[in-house]
Amino acid sequence: MIRVENLVKRYDGITASNHLNCRFERGKVTVILGGSGSGKSTLLRQLTGLEKPDEGAVYIDGKDLTTLSRKELFEIRKKMGMLFQGSALFNYMTIFENIAFPLREHTKIADNIIKTIVTMKLEMVGLRGTEHLMPSQLSGGMMKRVGLARAVVMDPTVIFYDEPTSGLDPISTGVIGKLIQDLNKALNITSIVVSHDIDSCFKIADNIILLYYGEIIANGTVDEIRNSTDERVKQFIQGAPEGPIPFARTAKNYLDEILYD
Amino acid sequence: MEIAASLGRFTLYRIQVLGRSGIFIFTAILQAFLPPFRISRLIKEIEFIGSKSFLIVFVTALFTGMVLGLQGYYSLSQFGAEAALGVMVALSIIRELGPVLCALMVSGRAGSAITAEIGIMKITDQFPALEMMAVDPLKYVVSPKVVAGIISLPLLTAFFDLIGIAGGYLVGVKLLGVSEGAYIGKLAAAVTFRDIYGGIIKSLCFGLLITWIATFMGYTADATTEGVSRATTNTVVLTSLSILIVDYILTSLLL
Repeated sequence: MIRVENLVKRYDGITASNHLNCRFERGKVTVILGGSGSGKSTLLRQLTGLEKPDEGAVYIDGKDLTTLSRKELFEIRKKMGMLFQGSALFNYMTIFENIAFPLREHTKIADNIIKTIVTMKLEMVGLRGTEHLMPSQLSGGMMKRVGLARAVVMDPTVIFYDEPTSGLDPISTGVIGKLIQDLNKALNITSIVVSHDIDSCFKIADNIILLYYGEIIANGTVDEIRNSTDERVKQFIQGAPEGPIPFARTAKNYLDEILYD
Repeated sequence: MEIAASLGRFTLYRIQVLGRSGIFIFTAILQAFLPPFRISRLIKEIEFIGSKSFLIVFVTALFTGMVLGLQGYYSLSQFGAEAALGVMVALSIIRELGPVLCALMVSGRAGSAITAEIGIMKITDQFPALEMMAVDPLKYVVSPKVVAGIISLPLLTAFFDLIGIAGGYLVGVKLLGVSEGAYIGKLAAAVTFRDIYGGIIKSLCFGLLITWIATFMGYTADATTEGVSRATTNTVVLTSLSILIVDYILTSLLL
């Protein structure tokens, strides 16, 4: 389980995380939902320890990530998996080497067993037979699935997904969504998904956290979010262009700027 | 007033970058001596920086030696001192042209490629991916390249020296008729250990310099296509210039 307490992160005067408090349960898929610039990627980077918050704490199994040394952080990371938005596969390695990489780095498992594990993970994502290919020979959706196989190869207890379905066709989106759910159930892990894709998010999520300009404006189960009476939540879910969330964020009055500047 | 302020800002910024690059290379070298050691990564980098530069170094060395043979013969024969051709060719190559030209060729070939490779890794999120897999990116990506540069450059320079002297021999002895005994004999008598040692020191420094600039430029490149292309250009310009400047400093110290 991951618990976030009073998290604050600022960049050049813009508050990307404004006193956030939330928790991510084990065995549940929690989706962090929000528009561009809502601070969801910033939150993800702080949850993984890639960035340190200005204030507050991130507890993973009782340990505060923000106070750990690099070595202790690396120990915890061995139990974390992450699927990056662009897959972040190593372009100079074959698919097999990419997936085997964490095992080779951190374990002394014999080569033939590594081969078995990699084959199992590839079977799981439906890409057995691509071992010898280079990442550039795969489509975007296939690369995401290989990235997922690599993320779970160490049998993590927490998996982070950064925009797992953005830029994918509907079928690939469905496949990835189902993989996220299946993995979560099979391994009983904490799954955290960052996304702005409402439809697939409602399908895979147990809990949803809705961010708006660095603040949590809704936090609950899928049904709670769906039936929310908050106008901002409603607008986001319906994707309405008009509503309390403005399309443009500008300091000056539009008419003033046009007429008097 | 405005000019002074911007000049100050510029200078401070440059000094900061220099400081950061110092910490960067220091950490990378320190990490190279800490376990876990990745010998296969190192061998791969030596293959890329060293072995794959053989042909370009061979051609450069051969023609440099041949030109030196030609020019040297022309100048020396005016004083009737053709016999000293071997000494002249060998000393200019071992002390100066070998390390410098070799470093310039390697920086153009491997330095730019290193920057581009690291820049692309950065664009495609491969550094945070390494971080998330509990692998230190600096140690995994940068350290092997720097160590490979320090190992490869002296070896390539030795190869350059050999081929350069052979090139001079080819033109001087085979083409222009300088006595073989004079070319080889005087050369062997005149070249001291200090000459060779100086050349090796230079090439070691250049090996560090090239990989330092190339990796740092890639690591700090803006994560955009323009950023990487700018960083690659900067690498070639900066390494070439700093090789020539450092060469002067080292020569004055070693003489």
